Amino acid sequence: MFRFLIRRLAVLIPTFLGVSIIAFAFIRVLPGDPVMLMSGERVMSPERHAALTRELGFDRPIWIQYLDYIGGVVQGDFGSSIVTKRPVMDDFLALFPATLELSICAIILAVAIGVPFGVLAAVKRGSWLDQSVMGFALVGYSMPIFWWGLLLIILFSGVLQWTPVSGRISLLYFFPPVTGFMLIDSLLSGQAGAFKSALSHLILPTVVLATIPLAVIARQTRSAMLEVLGEDYVRTARAKGLPPRRVIGLHALRNALIPVVTTIGLQVGVLMAGAILTETIFSWPGIGKWMVDSVFRRDYAVVQGGLLLIAGIIMVVNLIVDVLYGLINPRIRH
Amino acid sequence: MATTNLKEADAAIGLEGGPVVDASRRAMLAEFWYYFRQNRGAVLGLWVFLLIVAVAILAPVIAPHNPTAQVRGAFLVPPAWEEGGSWDYILGTDAVGRDILSRLIYGARFSLFIGVVVVTLAVVVGVVVGVIAGYFRGAVDTVIMRLMDIILAFPSLLLALVLVAVLGPGLMNAMIAIALVLQPHFVRLTRAAVMAEKNRDYVTAAKVAGAGNIRLMFKTILPNCTAPLIVQATLSFSNAILDAAALGFLGMGAQPPTPEWGTMLAEAREFILRAWWVVTFPGLAILITVLAINLMGDGLRDALDPKLKRS
Repeated sequence: MFRFLIRRLAVLIPTFLGVSIIAFAFIRVLPGDPVMLMSGERVMSPERHAALTRELGFDRPIWIQYLDYIGGVVQGDFGSSIVTKRPVMDDFLALFPATLELSICAIILAVAIGVPFGVLAAVKRGSWLDQSVMGFALVGYSMPIFWWGLLLIILFSGVLQWTPVSGRISLLYFFPPVTGFMLIDSLLSGQAGAFKSALSHLILPTVVLATIPLAVIARQTRSAMLEVLGEDYVRTARAKGLPPRRVIGLHALRNALIPVVTTIGLQVGVLMAGAILTETIFSWPGIGKWMVDSVFRRDYAVVQGGLLLIAGIIMVVNLIVDVLYGLINPRIRH
Repeated sequence: MATTNLKEADAAIGLEGGPVVDASRRAMLAEFWYYFRQNRGAVLGLWVFLLIVAVAILAPVIAPHNPTAQVRGAFLVPPAWEEGGSWDYILGTDAVGRDILSRLIYGARFSLFIGVVVVTLAVVVGVVVGVIAGYFRGAVDTVIMRLMDIILAFPSLLLALVLVAVLGPGLMNAMIAIALVLQPHFVRLTRAAVMAEKNRDYVTAAKVAGAGNIRLMFKTILPNCTAPLIVQATLSFSNAILDAAALGFLGMGAQPPTPEWGTMLAEAREFILRAWWVVTFPGLAILITVLAINLMGDGLRDALDPKLKRS
C-alpha cells in the first residue's frame, strides 16, 4: 500500500508542476502584452509601462520569474489581486467554504437519489421504472444547467415565490462566520429564522449543481449493479435461499459500489465546472463566481492563482479517491 | 515494386479494397444497423438529429423572419398561444423585437457548426498524438501522457473560459479552447487501442512485408481502433455544443447579435421574471439537440461494443 501511495505521488508532483507552468505561462505566452494584462489597464504611458514592468518583475528572465512564482506558491503565496490588492489566498479561503458547502450538499443529494434509483433500475431491468429512471438520467446528463437554473428561478422564485433568487442568506441576518458553512453558522448564531433562510437560499443551487452528478451516478450504479447481479456468487447467494433484499443489499450492492465510489470521487471536477455556472446564476459568493468575475475584470493574478488552487484541489481529491479505491480493491494496487 | 508488394500484402490480410472486402464491409454495416435499430431511443435520437440538420440547412427558407431584424413596436411579444401573442411571431419576440423562432432556426446552424469543427479538431489532433504515443511508447509516450494529465487536471469549462478570456471572446476562440480541452480523451482512447493492437499478428505481418512506421500507424493499426473513437466523438459533439453554449451564456462565446443559443440565453437573463419565453425556448433547443446526440451515442456504443452485444 505504501509503495502504491509513493507511486501515485510520483506522478502527481510532475503533473502539479506542469499545471503550475501552464497557469504561470498562459498570460506570457499567448498574444497580448503581459504587463497590460497583469495590470488590467488598457492605455498607459511608456514611463508607467516601464515602471510596472519592473514592479511586476517582467524585466527578469522568464525562468527566474517562474522560480519566484513557484517559490511563493510553495509557501502559500499566490500573489495579490490587481483590483482589490488582497492576497489571492485570503480571498480563496474566504470564498471556498461557500463552494464547498454547495458541493457537499449537491453530492449528498446526487448520491441519496442516484444510488437507490440506479439499484432499482438494475433490479427491475427492462421495466417501466428502469426505462423512466434511465430516461431521466439521460435528460439530466444532457441538461444545460445554466438554463435549468433559470427555469427553476422562473418557477420557484417567480411564479411560486417560494425561494429567493440569489445569495446565501437574507440580508436581515448577520453573524460572524465561524465554520464558513452558512447552514451551521446560522444554527450557531441562535437567530430565529436564520437557518430557514440559509436553507431556502441553498435549495435551488444544490438541485442545479447536483443534476449532472446525479445522472452520472444513477447510470453508473445501474450498470455496476447489472454486472454484479450476473456474477456466480450472487447466484450462489440466491440458490442458498437468501431473501432477495439481502442478496441485493448485502452481496451485490457492496461490490457494485466499488466503481460507484470512484465515479463519485471523479465528480469533483464536474462539480467545479458546474459551480462556475451555478454560482453565476444564483450570485452565490463562492470560487466559481470569483473566477468568472476575475476573468471579466481581467484580474489575471487571481485567475492564475485560482486555476492553480482549483486544479490542485481536484488532483488531491483524485489521489484520495485512488488511494481509497486501492484500499477497497487490492487488485489495482499492482 | 515495393508498393505493389505492400498492396498484395494488404489484400492478403484483408485491408485494401477489392470485392471481398467491399462485401464484408457492407455486411458489417448491415450488422451495425441491425444492432443500432434495436435501441429505439437511438433511432429516435437519429431522427431528431437529422431533423435539426435539415432545419439548419434550410434555415433561410423556413425561418419566417430575418433573425437579426429588430421590429419596433414588437418588443417582448409573447408566444402565439398566450394572451397578447401573434401568429406572426409563433414563439414570441425578444427585448429588441427579434423573432425568437427565426433566431432558434438560425441558431441550429451555429450549434451544428460548433459540434463539427470542435470534434474534427479534437479527433484529428487527439488521434495523431494518441497513435504516436501508443506506437512509439517510451519517453515520447511519457511526455505526451503527462501533458494530457495536466490538461485533464483542470475543470474543462474553467480552462476553456480562461483560454477564451486570454485569446479574446468570440466563437472561433471558444471552439479552439473547447477542442483543446476535449482532445485528451481522444489521445487516451487511441493510445490504449493502439497499444492493444500493436503486437497482433497482422501488424507484424505488415511490418515484415516492409511497411514503414507511418503506414503501420495510420493504415494498418488505426482502422481497427475506430469503434471507441466513434462513440467518444459522438459524446464530444454534445459536450462541445453544451460547453460552447455555456461560454456564450457567460459572455465569452459567440457575441451578440449572433443567434447562438447560449448567447441568446445570456441576453435574455434580465427578463426571466417578465418574459419566460425568451429564456425557455433557446435552452429547450440546446437540451433537445444534446439529448438527441446522446441518445444516438448510447445506441452507437451498444452497436459497436462487442461485449454488450446479445449474440
